[in-house]
Amino acid sequence: MKKFSMKKLFSFLFNRKHSNMTISYGIVVLMYLIIEVLIKTNNLSYLLTSLLVPTCCYIIVALALNLVVGFSGDLSLGHAAFMGIGAFVGSAISNYVYSLVPNIALRVIVAILAGSIISGIFGYLISIPVLKLSGDYLAIVTLAFCQIVKSLLNNIYLGFDDSGIHFSFINQNFTLDGGKMLINGPVGSTGNTKFSNFTVAIIMVLFTLFIVFNLINSKYGRAIKASRDNKIAASSIGIDVIKAKTLCFVVSSILAGGAGALYALNYTTLSVAKFDFNLSIMILVYVVLGGLGNIPGTIVATTILVLLPELLRSLSDYRMIAYALVLIMIMLISNNETIKNSFNSLIGIFKRKDQNNA
Amino acid sequence: MLFLTYLINGISLGSVYAIIALGYTMVYGIAKMLNFAHGDVIMIGAYIIFFMIYKFNLPILLSIIISILICLLLGIIIERLAYKPLRKASSLSVLITAIGVSYLLQNLAQLFWTSSNKIFPNIISNGSFSFGSISISYLTIITILVCLLIMLVLTLFVNKTKIGMAMRAVSEDKDAARLMGINVDRTISITFAIGSGLAAIASALFCAAYPAVYPTLGSMPGIKAFTAAVFGGIGSIPGALVGGIMLGIIETLSKAYISTQLSDAIVFAILIIVLLIKPTGLLGRKVNEKV
Amino acid sequence: MKKLFTILIVVMCMFSMTACSSSGNSNNNNNQANDVQAIKIGGSGPTSGDYAEYGNAVKNAAQLAVDEINALGGVQFVLNFQDDQGDPDQAETAFGTLMDWGMQLSLSTTTSGAGIRVSPLYEENKIFAMTPSGSNPLLTLKGDGNNENDYYGNIFQMCFTDPNQGIASADYISMNNLGSSIAIIYENDIDYSVSVYNKFMEQAKNLGLNVVYEGTFVDADTDFSVQLTAAQQAGADLVFLPIYYKHATYILNQANTMNYAPIFFGVDGMDGILGQDGFDSSIAEGVYLLTPFSATSPDSNVQHFVSEYQSKFGSTPNQFAADAYDVVYAMYECVKAGNITADMSAQDICDAMVNQILSLTFTGVTGESKWQANGQVTKVPMAVVIHDGAYTDPQ
Repeated sequence: MKKFSMKKLFSFLFNRKHSNMTISYGIVVLMYLIIEVLIKTNNLSYLLTSLLVPTCCYIIVALALNLVVGFSGDLSLGHAAFMGIGAFVGSAISNYVYSLVPNIALRVIVAILAGSIISGIFGYLISIPVLKLSGDYLAIVTLAFCQIVKSLLNNIYLGFDDSGIHFSFINQNFTLDGGKMLINGPVGSTGNTKFSNFTVAIIMVLFTLFIVFNLINSKYGRAIKASRDNKIAASSIGIDVIKAKTLCFVVSSILAGGAGALYALNYTTLSVAKFDFNLSIMILVYVVLGGLGNIPGTIVATTILVLLPELLRSLSDYRMIAYALVLIMIMLISNNETIKNSFNSLIGIFKRKDQNNA
Repeated sequence: MLFLTYLINGISLGSVYAIIALGYTMVYGIAKMLNFAHGDVIMIGAYIIFFMIYKFNLPILLSIIISILICLLLGIIIERLAYKPLRKASSLSVLITAIGVSYLLQNLAQLFWTSSNKIFPNIISNGSFSFGSISISYLTIITILVCLLIMLVLTLFVNKTKIGMAMRAVSEDKDAARLMGINVDRTISITFAIGSGLAAIASALFCAAYPAVYPTLGSMPGIKAFTAAVFGGIGSIPGALVGGIMLGIIETLSKAYISTQLSDAIVFAILIIVLLIKPTGLLGRKVNEKV
Repeated sequence: MKKLFTILIVVMCMFSMTACSSSGNSNNNNNQANDVQAIKIGGSGPTSGDYAEYGNAVKNAAQLAVDEINALGGVQFVLNFQDDQGDPDQAETAFGTLMDWGMQLSLSTTTSGAGIRVSPLYEENKIFAMTPSGSNPLLTLKGDGNNENDYYGNIFQMCFTDPNQGIASADYISMNNLGSSIAIIYENDIDYSVSVYNKFMEQAKNLGLNVVYEGTFVDADTDFSVQLTAAQQAGADLVFLPIYYKHATYILNQANTMNYAPIFFGVDGMDGILGQDGFDSSIAEGVYLLTPFSATSPDSNVQHFVSEYQSKFGSTPNQFAADAYDVVYAMYECVKAGNITADMSAQDICDAMVNQILSLTFTGVTGESKWQANGQVTKVPMAVVIHDGAYTDPQ
């Protein structure tokens, strides 16, 4: 048995390979602890309490998108659709099994699993045409996919009662005898019970991190990065580029679907309009501001950007103007050479000190 | 007969998409950037024309020229402040900045001009040419003519003038262009200015066809023009025209003969199929990658 | 290591910021509530984004009413109207912001989808809410809305519900023999339009109306040539438009261009079409609509409201504004009658308000209203026809 030593643990946690991992898990656990303390001491405002689960959902879907955009190097504008599929499947399943499965935890797991799996299947199907393309053509196909999903969801009527499940497309041609509408066209899904809570959401985030890091550090992860950096060189040394990218895309869509299901379970209503092009763009903004391929950055950027519009509410009419300006300024500052250099040298001071200590 | 009516409806709609896609594709072709704020420059252009005609009673043509000039200037300012500092950054950073600019323009417009609808003045007479039971409105004919004219002028400009050649060089290889003594920054700025000017022309024709002016006016044409430009092969000037008109026809025919509910799904499904068969769009060039 | 430090610093800063700001705010507001004896009215609506004009109309008119009431002396109100962009998620965070502020009465939300989301929250926190324009029955009814007797009880509507409008429209068309062949064009990505359409179709079947064409569009659409051509080909002499006036403007304009002149029949979403800057009212000549509000009505209340609104905000108020103006005045009546004061808790105010509202007969700029226990309003829908750029009585 290996002798346990703090020093070894420390050097394991903070070596080059694992530091990102440690930081990411650290941030999430720290966030959880701080929030729990605030909740327990009744110091968390109503507003922030209502933002906890959604923030976690967006963190998960941003991490998922970062796999595709950051690691695989493909611009996807369709992740809102995966989230939407996961959300509607998750909500429909949780409503359907409401009376069958009395255990809440089990119901949540079933709903999230169902959302993830169905979203993953769609992810696989769309990855076939998508990954044959590149660059902006790939982006437009994912955007098209998003529009198609939205357009179809707007026309689905699904409900169940004692006589079974009823489904119709475009026009609702059934009436329910008691029972419940699962998907009601553009109205979506209403009158649901909230199941998600912050602990479930944090467990999902940790699980997502676990999957993402395992994928990145695996054989496939290296293949994906190699094919991102140079597709032709990668395929010339025998890497199956398409296979690696497909894996990445499908894992990403599964995670996004799970995030969607978690999102759906956190609200009493669900509408199709949410899962549009603008949501895809929002998620992309989280990823780019967090840094492509930067996992801890994505977590922090998503948290800040989800909270930002709420924190700017005191500006009333100028809120969205301020939000737009902040977005532009962050992009300009983070790409400004002078500021970058001075920031790096500032951090360099910390770094040197740290080396001295060690 | 009915089919012909629908076809003409489709061409009218498509010509409007095409004229917006032209500006989009021009900027993309040279600067290699998806300018998501293009639709919002169209919105600003529409407001300016509206105010020039409605508030100041200026003649139509003069209003459009003023709008073109202001949009040109706006394009240069946006480019200087928001895009130029990111010349060396990744294309995604520029994309996000463009989205920021788009939000900014929408919300500034709302602040200055409120969110209530304004109705665009009737700048082109309502009449139409009739051939038997088929009629084509003047507006459609003018839009198509303007599209063709812009296409012709742009093609000549890019191929024959010195700045045009510089643009092509920049689009091929920025570093090599710089080595050849081309001022890459200035060339890209000029591209943006021209793109924004085109947006002003597009706004006049778009609003003549669909006469409501409001702050989020540009978001729909933005997406549709992006789709049209990719459909035709993004970066290709004739491609934008072909892509726009094809998109309009497909949309109209699928509404008329399949389902109005599913027309969006059908249009985008066809787009995916076309891109699978021809991965660089209808008229796009295939670029061979080298190691 | 550098990443660790920067990120930790950022996270810590953020949390301290949010934690401080939130706890700081609530403390300040509690003090304020004690100092200023004004009842806090909250509300949310889209004041930016795609549906901004509806939210802004509600915000402006509600503020106008609050200012007028405050100027009378006596009961004092303070309005906090938050932006939700018509998005249910943002409506929920707007609700959170209002709760932290100490909201005592509420205008709920402007749009239906957002309102359906926050209704359970208003019930849970026992806050009296009346939505000016959230017309879906699910704002006041629980579950799927099939059971009229399963309602929240503290949420009320100022506008007609969607199904009522659908039924009333079909009744009116049938009674007055307005059209023998009917075409319908509706927006199938919003619940408002779809639910009016559904009930209209149901009632049309009962009354034996002849529907010859049904076409849809989505919010982003601007081109209606296909739907209009198809309606014309199907021989429709009446086109039913259960949609908002933005799209109706496009439709009227395009029908005019193609020389198609059936009777157009709209519902309350059509109101506001004449108030648009630069609108050529000749294309709307002969358009019927069912609306509770007419900006050109000779009624002195209406004239006062319209002129005040115009002088303050520079545009003609639409039905959204009128409903919001009425909601604030209806609340004012209840507050006066129930002796409600600002130092009462939101729960007590809620109980007192529900008592008052059920016995209230309110006359405002949208006519005479009474409320049922399930939150729905009883009002007489008024059909008007547009003539020379003004609403006129069809008879």
